[in-house]
Amino acid sequence: MRKNLFSIALGGLLAIAGAAEAQDYPTRPITLVVPFAAGGPTDTVARLIGQSMSKTLGQQVIVDNVAGAGGTLGPARVAKAAADGYTILLHHIGMATTAILYRKLPYNALTDFEYIGLVGDAPMTIVARKTLAANKLSELVDYVKQNKDKVTLANAGVGAASHLCGMLFQSAVGVPLTTVPYKGTGPAMNDLVGGQVDIMCDQTTGTTEQIKGGTIKAYAATTKKRVSSLPDLVTTAEAGMPQVQVAIWHGVYAPKGTPKPVLDKLINALQVAIKDDIVRQRFADLGIEIESSDRVNPQALQAQLKAEIDRWAPVIKAAGVYAD
Amino acid sequence: MDILGNLVMGFGVALSPVNVALCLVGALVGTLIGVLPGIGPIATIAMLLPLTFSLNATGALIMLAGIYYGAQYGGSTTAILVNMPGETSSVVTTLDGHQMARQGKAGKALGVAALGSFFAGCVATLVIAVLGPILSRVAQAFGPPEYCALMVVGLVAATVLASGSVFKAITMTLVGLLLGTVGSDVETGAQRLTFEIPELADGIGFTSLAIGLFGIAEIIRNLEAPEVRGVVGTRIAGLLPNWADIKQCIAPVLRGTVLGSILGILPGNGAVLAPYASYTVEKKLAKDPSRFGRGAIEGVAGPESANNAGAQTSFIPLLTLGIPPNAVMALMVGAMTIQGIIPGPQVMTKNPELFWGMVASMLVGNAMLVIINLPLIGLWVRLLKVPYRLLFPAILLFCCIGVFSVNSSYVDVLLVALFGLVGYALVKLEFEPAPLLLAFVLGPLFEENLRRAFLISRGDPMIFVERPISLTLLVVAAGLLLVMLLPSVRHTREEAFHG
Repeated sequence: MRKNLFSIALGGLLAIAGAAEAQDYPTRPITLVVPFAAGGPTDTVARLIGQSMSKTLGQQVIVDNVAGAGGTLGPARVAKAAADGYTILLHHIGMATTAILYRKLPYNALTDFEYIGLVGDAPMTIVARKTLAANKLSELVDYVKQNKDKVTLANAGVGAASHLCGMLFQSAVGVPLTTVPYKGTGPAMNDLVGGQVDIMCDQTTGTTEQIKGGTIKAYAATTKKRVSSLPDLVTTAEAGMPQVQVAIWHGVYAPKGTPKPVLDKLINALQVAIKDDIVRQRFADLGIEIESSDRVNPQALQAQLKAEIDRWAPVIKAAGVYAD
Repeated sequence: MDILGNLVMGFGVALSPVNVALCLVGALVGTLIGVLPGIGPIATIAMLLPLTFSLNATGALIMLAGIYYGAQYGGSTTAILVNMPGETSSVVTTLDGHQMARQGKAGKALGVAALGSFFAGCVATLVIAVLGPILSRVAQAFGPPEYCALMVVGLVAATVLASGSVFKAITMTLVGLLLGTVGSDVETGAQRLTFEIPELADGIGFTSLAIGLFGIAEIIRNLEAPEVRGVVGTRIAGLLPNWADIKQCIAPVLRGTVLGSILGILPGNGAVLAPYASYTVEKKLAKDPSRFGRGAIEGVAGPESANNAGAQTSFIPLLTLGIPPNAVMALMVGAMTIQGIIPGPQVMTKNPELFWGMVASMLVGNAMLVIINLPLIGLWVRLLKVPYRLLFPAILLFCCIGVFSVNSSYVDVLLVALFGLVGYALVKLEFEPAPLLLAFVLGPLFEENLRRAFLISRGDPMIFVERPISLTLLVVAAGLLLVMLLPSVRHTREEAFHG
């Protein structure tokens, strides 16, 4: 996983070779930086996509987990890497939200990257411990309104998707709950299954099997359409809470200044990847809705990033949350 | 109810030639990385994750699991031989294991560690098979207040790890707690004591601290007097433990196995406490506690068994609930997901061949490990005869590579150097680093769960006394503290905790 340092150094030298090199690209393995730990849901997305892109590009795409600091170390590394297409980044919604949560970042999400394309959306679900009395979202809202801050809302730490979704939920209900942060979804889910905390909003990757296994209760999916892996679960819009809509979208980026021919090859490889049967099957297992191919391009990703920064800025600022 | 039938099915899976080979590869790689200081199972499994793409899910997990528990065997080797704990779990082993090595009993220490680990590993695997699902439900009763109380017991017991002055042990514990606070605040994300170094945002790495304080400090100390360096194995008293040694170890191994199995089940990585708990118990039960810290064989046998038992039973939350209790298990979740098996409470019923295949492979793997490790002892002991001027640069090099490989961060390597100097100063001032390291590991867990418990109770401290498990643990902690602190019973402490 750490072989990339050598390739970064080599990349720096080779960048001088310039445009001629871009035509032959790729001639050596490509490092796909993931700003989260190996084994997590984002890592899995990256590995599945990377595996398929390897086949198209004819070179290994090696996933490098540059985890830490809320998913900001990875983009920082890619922003500084040689713009030759040998170091690229896969990030999720956090690319937009960290731009608001962190007042100081060593990179600018909007200006320091080239865009390759969107990948897919992991829906989120509003879930609770199975002993909670409420059975429908409306009942949950009543319960929350009655018990106010006696209700505990778990999340996976500052800036995590579960934290963002929890903020939206609280603002939709209009009642602040007691937020209980964990270091990651695993321990949070553990305490939810154990009935130590009441509610959580987490992505289907972690909740689907628990919902199916009956260890937690599910109220709604935070998506426009129902989630294919949980067809009986209503959407927040159906349940009367349309403002709680959040999905963990994923995008692939390259350092600013990466040559156009290189970007085109990467865009093409990503286009092929989202049509790959294994990728489609695994994404479906995880409940991830794959992007339609007309959104797997730089324009769509750039627009999405911009729109999400604009959308989350007021929510996060209103909550007064900063991660630094 | 049909455990035997299921186990037979599991062995059918585990004993297929491919899976036996994968298990062997896992065990070998695990042993190797356990021996190399710094490189731990997390970095290794993350590196090998792409390889598992081409395997089936069961085979992949068998191999990754082998690496994990194989590293527990291997980890004791460097702890004993060169006082270098590569993992949280082998810190305790350095205390008496390395002393035994200095007395020419490295072979005995390694042998006892391997045999104890084998026994504990097998028993704990059977615990998974027979009681796994039931125990995981029980462990769910362990919430933030219970965790917090457990950490209090651990912290109080930290001072027992030291064999010198209580005052110094408490000082070290406090310093450890302080170092543990470095990094981002869990609740607010605020940076604490990071001095604007982004690499410190997630805290000081355990490997940097442990290798610096123990390993590097030990090297400096050995270089001080090159002629009388401690680890020289000129006089080797018996390569393997004899019957008298084994008889002395039976009870500690049994107690360690029980303790490790229980703590391993706890969903929040309770396994880290297992070797410490076992050491504390053995020291308290010993007729002559002053032997501890000076090469007591029970101080190796108990913790090593506890450590391996905990490593096995920590699979229970993953295999029965689909919830990973630690970073290694999170990687296993990744390996399963890539294969299309999404871990959850139904894994046992939906993929019985995976569950039982894993259980059977753990028994196979433990047997392999003891077969790999016993003959290696002779080799390790001979390694001690290599002149130190050749050995220490190699150790240093491996340390640097290992530490760098964890995060590919040069800051981590610089920290090793810094903590090496600190460790050397501590040795000179007769402060023992073990309580510091334990407090460093437990401190963040304690803080997290304390704050979580207060959030859940909305600031009401009664949550700690209203819940029976938490209350019991706190009473135990208070009892320990009393025995240690009351001057009138000071002599009792000397008796109980050493002298």
